[in-house]
Amino acid sequence: MRTYLPEFDVVSPRTLDEALRVLSQNPPPTPLAGGTDLMVLMNAGQLKPGAYLNLHSISDLHRPIEEAGKEIVFSALTTYSEARRHPLVRRCLPMLGIAAREIGALQIQSRGTWAGNIVNASPAADGVPALMAYDTRVELASHSGTRTVNLCDFYLGYKKTVRRPDELITAIRISIPADRRIEYYRKVGTRKFQAISKVLLAGVIVLEGRRVEKIRLVFASVMPFTYRARQTESILQGRDIDSGLIAEALDVLKQELNPIDDIRSTARYRLGVAARLFEEFLQKARMK
Amino acid sequence: MDKAPVSFRINGKTWSGSVHPLKRLLDTIREDVGLTGTKEGCGEGECGACTVLLDGSPVMSCLVPTCQAEGKEVTTIEGLVRDGELHPMQDCFIQEGGAQCGICTPGMIMAAVAYANDPDSAEDMREALAGNLCRCTGYTRIYEAVRCAMEKMGDSGRSGKKDEGSRKKKAGAT
Repeated sequence: MRTYLPEFDVVSPRTLDEALRVLSQNPPPTPLAGGTDLMVLMNAGQLKPGAYLNLHSISDLHRPIEEAGKEIVFSALTTYSEARRHPLVRRCLPMLGIAAREIGALQIQSRGTWAGNIVNASPAADGVPALMAYDTRVELASHSGTRTVNLCDFYLGYKKTVRRPDELITAIRISIPADRRIEYYRKVGTRKFQAISKVLLAGVIVLEGRRVEKIRLVFASVMPFTYRARQTESILQGRDIDSGLIAEALDVLKQELNPIDDIRSTARYRLGVAARLFEEFLQKARMK
Repeated sequence: MDKAPVSFRINGKTWSGSVHPLKRLLDTIREDVGLTGTKEGCGEGECGACTVLLDGSPVMSCLVPTCQAEGKEVTTIEGLVRDGELHPMQDCFIQEGGAQCGICTPGMIMAAVAYANDPDSAEDMREALAGNLCRCTGYTRIYEAVRCAMEKMGDSGRSGKKDEGSRKKKAGAT
């Protein structure tokens, strides 16, 4: 390990109140959940020295997955394994199970958390696009109060989110989608499993006859943050799905996406594959 | 900061000591508890060599800060022996030649034991072991060892799982 531990402070509060009080100090400590991102950085000597807030000592942050009205609610420390195995999630939110399985080995799934995936703000997050496609709201708590933000409004730029440093995710509220929806989750990477994606599309479409009643198109690894393609959605919204509309929407999508170029892939490849995934999803919906 | 007190159970016994809260559980197990069966491979959560069970679930101990083991039950490769007898998984790794150089073996066996104890944790055996890399055996003998152990471990609610059966077929063919 390439890190000098005495440069790191760790606070392990017992209660949420205590944690929020610690977070209101300046500078606030960095929350540490499952460690599957931060501990990798620490092992590599790239974790910033300073104060960290261990969330595992707070039992309030680790509650069972629950159903509340038309929502399924995760707590701050809900892991991928828990979600993947939960009967309600399996029945109502199958894309979360697929995403969990593709995120990494079981050893990662038993530590990594959905809230951590959201806050880490990687453009290549696997869990966030599935959550976003299902219409998810994030509850952010701080010493001064609690607010709820739509996940699709959470990201402002590369690794930039609306979360203030004094705020902690305390719940993830996922809407239970309509039964007659068509879903799509496909991750394209170097290998089928345990590879970081080059392009990912998570989508939900609800049709009323041929008419698009609702559509969500969420791309990961394409833009600098998990991106909901609202312009393309709006072209499709309320119209009858046919090959003409798909072609029209594809043109809009190619204008809307401005892909990143990085170590994993090129912008050109990403745009091409994103367009293909989009077409595959819409054709699947059209054939339904 | 320096060290802080921490206490957890490891292989059925309580261990209390003073370590830095971010010290990797891997290092605490090896250096402070003194159990060196758990190995470090990549040190970045990719290879699975450092796999231990935390409250029964497989984890990469290089990614778990020691403060998060507080109050939990840790099981390492040393904890599998019962009354001087090897665990069926260990026996089968020996019998089937599931180990060569041995660096991946403790982690591989811990991941396999987690799966054998709870087959619903993964789609199948290959997924259960997908986080454990081996550069020697080519996996076939490892899979055979796990099938062998799961048969030996018997009727703990695993009947009908698709991993079973192929070993019998193979045995019939030879």
